[in-house]
Amino acid sequence: MEKPLTEHIISSTDVTSLSQYSKAGGYSALRKALKDMAPAEVTNLVKASNLLGRGGAGFPTGVKWSLIPMEGDKSKPKYLVCNADEMEPGTFKDRYLLEGNPHQLIEGMIISAYAVQAGKAYIFLRWAYKKAEKILQKAIEEAYSEGYLGRDILGSGFDLDLSIHSSAGRYICGEETALLNSLEGKRAIPRTKPPFPAVSGLFGRPTVVNNVETLSWISHIVLKGPDWFKGLSLTATGGTKLFGVSGKVKKPGLWELPLGTTVREILEDYAGGMLEGHRFKGALPGGASTDFIVEEHLDIKMDFSTVAAVGSRLGTGTMIILDDRTCPVAFVHNVEKFFALESCGWCTPCREGLPWVEKMLTSIEEGTGKLEYLELLTYNAKYMGPGNTFCAHAPGAAEPLQSGLKYFHDDFVKHINEKRCPWR
Amino acid sequence: MYWRIWIGSLVKNYDMLSEIEIKEIEEEIRQYPHPSGACIDALKIIQKHRGWVSDESVKDIGRLLGISAEEVDGVATFYSRIYRKPVGRNVILLCDSISCMIMGYGSLYEYMSEKLSVRFGDTTDDGRFTLLPISCLGDCDNAPAMMINTDHYNKLTKEKIDELLDLYK
Repeated sequence: MEKPLTEHIISSTDVTSLSQYSKAGGYSALRKALKDMAPAEVTNLVKASNLLGRGGAGFPTGVKWSLIPMEGDKSKPKYLVCNADEMEPGTFKDRYLLEGNPHQLIEGMIISAYAVQAGKAYIFLRWAYKKAEKILQKAIEEAYSEGYLGRDILGSGFDLDLSIHSSAGRYICGEETALLNSLEGKRAIPRTKPPFPAVSGLFGRPTVVNNVETLSWISHIVLKGPDWFKGLSLTATGGTKLFGVSGKVKKPGLWELPLGTTVREILEDYAGGMLEGHRFKGALPGGASTDFIVEEHLDIKMDFSTVAAVGSRLGTGTMIILDDRTCPVAFVHNVEKFFALESCGWCTPCREGLPWVEKMLTSIEEGTGKLEYLELLTYNAKYMGPGNTFCAHAPGAAEPLQSGLKYFHDDFVKHINEKRCPWR
Repeated sequence: MYWRIWIGSLVKNYDMLSEIEIKEIEEEIRQYPHPSGACIDALKIIQKHRGWVSDESVKDIGRLLGISAEEVDGVATFYSRIYRKPVGRNVILLCDSISCMIMGYGSLYEYMSEKLSVRFGDTTDDGRFTLLPISCLGDCDNAPAMMINTDHYNKLTKEKIDELLDLYK
């Protein structure tokens, strides 16, 4: 089984050095792209591979790039931004790539910037990732001294500057237009779309924003081609994916597996199954902002379309397991409290709806909830859903809420009727 | 000659900020098409030197960047890692998100809270620790996790917390 993204990561505590990376073929994709390919050819190759964004939304990367205008004002730079603001609860995949193989990301970023002819690139890094910051800083300096960054890269005439922007904390910075406002020094509030960042992004210039895992793929696709990439998955999408499991399992962790690996395989074969004395009750398959899946879904394939077919999302591919000894109401409450706190406050359904939901869940958990709250919670989940809000924050929050109410309805009712939490 | 006096009077207006702070902020300003772009960087610089950002500093940053103090405060209060109140010498950031909750952050919080006689948001009487919640630290397979200042710790137990707190004076 091929593991292109992680095969050169030595362990979760060691960094792949520039010399180790180069020995394994590192930066040969950059040479190939700059010497033998026109920018549009790189974009077309990525388009042909059908690489879907690994940050959670699954938008086709090549299509995103092809929206960037290639003509026009050349006096000001276009931008490429790597979204490394990993803050989705339960998600720990980008940290592994950033700390384990920084040059894979940097090479991917240089090739991507070349494809869209961006002159300046940023890594928007989460505040808490201090170790990654040091590792990336060193790797960027190495890339400059090797001539992979700066003026006239490898004699190609292409210039690129790359720097890290360490954030000041807030989940909403992961939303791509909020991220751009944050990079401009403002409050991280999402922008109206259109115009899309591809037309008017950072400082009003065409901008591409891609996730760490997405950009880490680019050098591999340039070297080995779209057909190889497509062949890596068990489903039609293409590629492997970093899958993670956290919660009461024997071996929580992170593995690179083909897209289309089933939930059961990940849970049993890799995470070692549930801890002694714990039973699987449900899971959020791709971070906190995805709908619950339950026992009947254990055999679904982990891919964008197959998880969507059972009413959830692949999201970030990192599962959070709900066991039978954890209160499902407390689980949903914890997640909704997070979303309520992290709402940027810009639009009403999110700013008012989430704290309302959070208050109702608090009272249900404490035994003072009323049966009518269940209707109100369902109403709020719908009201905060897609189409009613400015960005995807509240719709994301609605996912674990609506599915939690559906699958664990009896547990909610029990809290209300017994006026206490049966798990306490 | 006159311009020197003029510059001197400008600098004097920021006398709340130290020379090194002004220098570091000006370096950041150069990275952006407009000085206001450096707002978050400026707040972080002040916090690095002073531990937190006071009302005076907010006004000073505004003057330096050519934007209103209200605008600066809007940014300062938006971001969770900018402190608008004094904090202790060490800041404990305990993850309270879902994976850490499942793995028992709650009992660790109660333990630490009792040990230090503080709740979330409080600073110990001796100014040694401020205890704050933080959302998911991206280390869920090693939960529960926390940070003390900029150091990251995981697989926390009560015993481990005792040892770790001893390292910070």
